[in-house]
Amino acid sequence: MSDTSLVRLAGVSKGFVKGKDAITIFERLDLAIPQGDFVAVMGPSGSGKSTLLNLLGGIDRPDSGEIHIAGSRIDTLSEGQLSQWRAATIGFVFQFYNLMPMLTAAQNVELPLLLTRLGKAERRTHVETALKIVNLADRAKHYPREMSGGQQQRVAIARAIVSDPELLLCDEPTGDLDRASADEILGMLTILNRDLGKTIVMVTHDPAAARYASRTLHLDKGHFEEKELAA
Amino acid sequence: MLKQIVAVTAINLKSIPRRFWLSLSTVVAVALVVMVLLSFLAMSAGFRRTLASSGAADVAIVLRAGARAELNSVIARDQVRLLEDAPGVARDAQGKPLASAELYLVVDGIKKTTGTKANLPLRGIGESGAAIRKGIRLTEGRMFAPGSNEVVVGKSLLREFQGFELGRTVKFGTALWTVVGVFEADGSVFESEIWADLPVVQSLFNRPNTFQILRARLSGPDGLAAMKAFNDGDPRLKLDVKSEQDYFSEQSSQTSDLIQKLGWPLAIAMAFGAMAGALNTMYSSVASRSVEIATLRAIGFGGFPAFVGTLVESLLLAGIGGVIGAVATWLIFDGFSASTLGASFTQVVFSFRLTPALIGQGVALALIVGLIGGLLPAIRAARMPIVQGLQG
Repeated sequence: MSDTSLVRLAGVSKGFVKGKDAITIFERLDLAIPQGDFVAVMGPSGSGKSTLLNLLGGIDRPDSGEIHIAGSRIDTLSEGQLSQWRAATIGFVFQFYNLMPMLTAAQNVELPLLLTRLGKAERRTHVETALKIVNLADRAKHYPREMSGGQQQRVAIARAIVSDPELLLCDEPTGDLDRASADEILGMLTILNRDLGKTIVMVTHDPAAARYASRTLHLDKGHFEEKELAA
Repeated sequence: MLKQIVAVTAINLKSIPRRFWLSLSTVVAVALVVMVLLSFLAMSAGFRRTLASSGAADVAIVLRAGARAELNSVIARDQVRLLEDAPGVARDAQGKPLASAELYLVVDGIKKTTGTKANLPLRGIGESGAAIRKGIRLTEGRMFAPGSNEVVVGKSLLREFQGFELGRTVKFGTALWTVVGVFEADGSVFESEIWADLPVVQSLFNRPNTFQILRARLSGPDGLAAMKAFNDGDPRLKLDVKSEQDYFSEQSSQTSDLIQKLGWPLAIAMAFGAMAGALNTMYSSVASRSVEIATLRAIGFGGFPAFVGTLVESLLLAGIGGVIGAVATWLIFDGFSASTLGASFTQVVFSFRLTPALIGQGVALALIVGLIGGLLPAIRAARMPIVQGLQG
């Protein structure tokens, strides 16, 4: 396990209690993801893929073990510290886009910048740049309901990258899209990884989506298995 | 932090149309609470103002010792004569005391709105009776002629009761009386009265040597004290002397306190219902926004902006309800004329009065409903686990 990894999990355990039963998701899980990697995480339902993503994003806490991301040990941070850390370090892309329906594309993309010290003009410049990267500069004033699913997911990607985070966490980013739109989104993630150097962890059920990643981890019964590399 | 709060609050408020009917029900519930409260308070304020404006500080009232109202009071002619010459009583240019011994009787009237019988005050007043009171002006006709069966009526009484129009003949006891004038008295309680010449009233109602009250204009700031000292020092006078202002203030406080004591508990009971409604609305609001709240939290927004945003939404809905309730009460009740039994078991006509201070109380109650109704849902919004929220 390299100390230069962007993401490092050491002996992470996580479980939950359902009724009288204690259910284990991971038991002493280790993981290292180098900077600039594009990792797809696959596995059967209930294997803990989304829980892993939540732990990496600091929106859930492990029962034990250590999580180091971008030089910070996050499992010991307070809620307030985690919020600040997420704002600076993580970009989330969700399956159902999770855009604010009452805000325009530009206003949605601007949201993470409200957590920075940037002024209004600088925020506008950053938003325009992010929307250009996802080829939606001409849709800045459109509301989510006026856009297709693929376009909404591109807005969500713009929101995820606008504050220039080191790590993008994508939870089934193509799960709600048709094949053509899915390929477009995956191509965009590939560009973000290759050209902008973003480290990406993507949870997916779709083997075709996983092929866009540089490597795929299979999570099953609380353990990883690295099965194949992307073409 | 301020930018976060503004952004989250704006997102909350912009999402209200998605919960339009539920939000509207909260607004309406709060508006009804405020309407109930303000209608009682406006009633109380109107009654208090009517009686308060009736009393002058420079007019003394004399009643039998212990009598709280004119109807319970009796003053003998000898006592009247002694008091007319008491120190502290002002005199006119001819040197005659500015005092009016009066007889107060209850006669029947019919309410225009309900057609039901009601007690009306017939007051026999002395020569100086109208002059002693402040703000008396004849708006129609003329003053009654001494020694005649003529009456003048207050304009509130004319408005609320049948058969007192100028020129009409009314029957009190066994005698017929002609209405020869209508007067106003700055909205005071006197506008609810019928006035006639004292000797005629005494004669026709067979009360030749009986009076119930003596009103006297005071000669100066020390006049009341001088009159009281005179009364206390003469064993023939077992009477109470007080200022007209104090007399009406005592009368108004009893009834207006009663109205307020009915109004506040009723409004508070209703407020609990509205609070439950607000609580339900805001819990639903938080539930329907759970994905949005969790997404913002995942992006890096703190829990406090979610707390403030939810509370602002609750306060806004309740505040809108409060303003609607206040405006509706003002439109419906401000200036609304009503009558109730006064301390002498006769009708006092008064107008509901909605003051800015009362509106402030109504809106404050609405905001309290909003604050308490929104507090727990706001805490839930702030503490909602992000993972749970993202699952919707």
